[in-house]
Amino acid sequence: MHLLKHQWSRLARTAWANRQEIIKAGLGRRDLFKMGLLTSAGYLVAKRGLSTRAAYADDDDNVCSSPPTRAFYDLLPTPRDGTMKIQTPTTLTPTPTAAQNTAAGEGRKITHQAFTQFAPQKFYAVTQRAGYVSVSPDLPLQTLWGFAIGTPTENKPIDVPGPVYVAHYGKPILVRNFNQLPAQDKNGGFGLPSVSTHLHNGHTPSESDGNPCDFFERGYFYDQHYPNVLAGINSTHPGTGDINEAMSTLWYHDHRVDFTSQNVYKGLAGFYLLFNDHDTSDENTGFHLPSFPAYDIPMMFADKCFDSSGKLFFDLFNLDGILGDKFTVNGKIQPVLHVSPRRYRFRWLDAGPSRFYQFFLTDLTNLSAHNLFWQISSDGNLLPKPIRVESVRLSVAERADVIIDFAPFAGKTLYLENRLKQDDGRGPTDHEIRSAGQGNLVLKIIVDGPTVADHSQDPATITKFYDLPSTAVTPRVKRTFVFSDSGGGWQINERFFACNDIRFTVQENSVEQWTLINDGGEWEHPIHIHFEEFQTLSINGRAPATSPLVQTGRKDVLRLEADASATLFFRFRDFTGKYPMHCHNTIHEDHAMMLRFDIAPIGDTRQSP
Amino acid sequence: MPTITRRTYLALSALAPVAAGLLARESRSEDISSRDVIRNRYFPNLVLMTHEGRQVRFYDDLIKDKIVTINFMYTQCEDGRCPVTTANLVRVQKLLGSRVGRDIFMYSFTLAPEHDTPTVLKRYAKAYGVGPGWTFVTGSPRDMEVLRRKLGFVWANPVRDAKRSSHTGNLRYGNEPLQLWSACPAMAKPEWIAESISWVDWPKTTAAKPG
Repeated sequence: MHLLKHQWSRLARTAWANRQEIIKAGLGRRDLFKMGLLTSAGYLVAKRGLSTRAAYADDDDNVCSSPPTRAFYDLLPTPRDGTMKIQTPTTLTPTPTAAQNTAAGEGRKITHQAFTQFAPQKFYAVTQRAGYVSVSPDLPLQTLWGFAIGTPTENKPIDVPGPVYVAHYGKPILVRNFNQLPAQDKNGGFGLPSVSTHLHNGHTPSESDGNPCDFFERGYFYDQHYPNVLAGINSTHPGTGDINEAMSTLWYHDHRVDFTSQNVYKGLAGFYLLFNDHDTSDENTGFHLPSFPAYDIPMMFADKCFDSSGKLFFDLFNLDGILGDKFTVNGKIQPVLHVSPRRYRFRWLDAGPSRFYQFFLTDLTNLSAHNLFWQISSDGNLLPKPIRVESVRLSVAERADVIIDFAPFAGKTLYLENRLKQDDGRGPTDHEIRSAGQGNLVLKIIVDGPTVADHSQDPATITKFYDLPSTAVTPRVKRTFVFSDSGGGWQINERFFACNDIRFTVQENSVEQWTLINDGGEWEHPIHIHFEEFQTLSINGRAPATSPLVQTGRKDVLRLEADASATLFFRFRDFTGKYPMHCHNTIHEDHAMMLRFDIAPIGDTRQSP
Repeated sequence: MPTITRRTYLALSALAPVAAGLLARESRSEDISSRDVIRNRYFPNLVLMTHEGRQVRFYDDLIKDKIVTINFMYTQCEDGRCPVTTANLVRVQKLLGSRVGRDIFMYSFTLAPEHDTPTVLKRYAKAYGVGPGWTFVTGSPRDMEVLRRKLGFVWANPVRDAKRSSHTGNLRYGNEPLQLWSACPAMAKPEWIAESISWVDWPKTTAAKPG
């Protein structure tokens, strides 16, 4: 122990001395960058003898230190130019059935509960398998796991992120999801070829939700039925559903119990966009939001770590949460996006595994500028109206749709910069915001596209998207959940997760109020509740804010900060079955910070289940 | 270019510049298997001592080719958590039955090697009714510390990390040749722990490997 300590401090001292020397030598940013010593984010690359954290890593390997990569080389993959594929319908053989087709190799074990009522109108096939993917010109091709459009026999290449589903309210679909992942001993070091694909956060019947415990094995398929209906359709708003519950930006990802973090890190995630008569995908109609896919771009943020040979590395034995030092957007490290001087809708998603972001628009030639933009959704659900912001904070699985007008920046270059300081997987460090230009530059945006017509509406003039559903209803039950750790396992109300442990039962079509409490000052937990969007009634006793960070709206992930408590309002409607609540820091989730609740005709009133 | 001293120069020249990154793309990234990457990173082949007084190598004798569970404990656990954890794992051992010692091996590593000698650990194992196939392990304090860090029984918070009992709540389970590793709370229900271990079992089509 003492020897280790001594060695660490010696290396750390050497690193410090070296850095001081570089400063004294007057090497500028440009020199260091050219020498490959400075990351685009402005940090010295992590190497023994230069960076104190790398010196520490030499002793216990707990800090990521990837090989250097060029920044802003690859283009951002987008649905606009086909580099991010859009899923296309097909014909399925054998024809999907309400009951599981075990004879044909279906791994589903539960009958579809709404198959007849919301008969699927479009059918899709997707195959999960391994494939080679380039994440940077400076790293070897990675063997990732992804979703390939089509059946196994079509043998199409995988996409990472997976293909984008473009769905519409009122048009139910069915996805036949094939598991053709490699055998257990061919996983390349991490990942379990046993999956359950969760549609986060669809109003989806339990058996199609992608419950962590409904996993299916390689060689099997699973038919997932997505009704694409508004909450309330079988209850408070029969036949139509409540338009004020409309959702826009969803995503799908693997949710295999105990192995979610590894499988998602390996590539099993993608976008699912949901349109309706208001949010139409056409800027000439409805809310006049920028048209998809030309001016509406989903962006999945995921930080990764690579080993010294350049291969994707997952720290198998880390409990706090894992951080990467390479920032990918839609699967590429620090890519570039060219835009025209007009309004764009970006759909931002933090895909984890453990990092929190706070994004600003940075002009490196004018660091004192406050470049404002419009946040139009929280967790992919349109806000009552656009809110003007300077930044957006996202914890794992949170989404935010934003509208940025690039007209004032014609000819300029901007960067999407994460300025939130985070040193380890526990959460952001004291919520410290780095000064402009000192954060992580994750995406370069060059406003050099041709001048084009913009028929989208200026968000400043948009007075209403949807109303927030009323919360002036007495809840049937108020429940409290305390999130804590027990020295190696995460707990909710001092209990651990197990698939068959039904912690409480919500009565179908009832209103509940939940208070979530973080019983500690050390970790922050992005808590995700499946199936129903909630509204936050209060955070630490105060109404949720709209400035400087937007906390209002309908959400499905609650950023439970250290020592915080939050009270949430839910209506559980329309479908029955099992659903989880869990921490979406996927490391915590895999280590039991999860519980199962059921929705059934008769509920209980357990207050601390 | 400004001048820099030899020490810094050496540190700089040891870096892989971007050009090397380009070369890496061409190189055979399969040169070192992912199984070896995991072994090199997490499983130092330290010389350790079992509660039966047997000298063993951590990787060669305890981990290689096996399905294993790993937890940390110490016999004089002051917060009383270790005894209930050990008792819980005894129930897990019973559920796993005759496979423990054949192809599933359970290991408990002491956090207090200066006190937990093989004799002390043997007495402890006997008191809890630990069966064959579950080994309590000690070693030099330095080696046990290396092992704890390598296996990630580590907290980022130094105050928490310095507290021995904060490392006793977690159980790692894995299949070394299949490179399948995860973890669960050591105090989870025994049935749940046994089920979790089944997820890293040999593929169903393959007969269980002899131990």
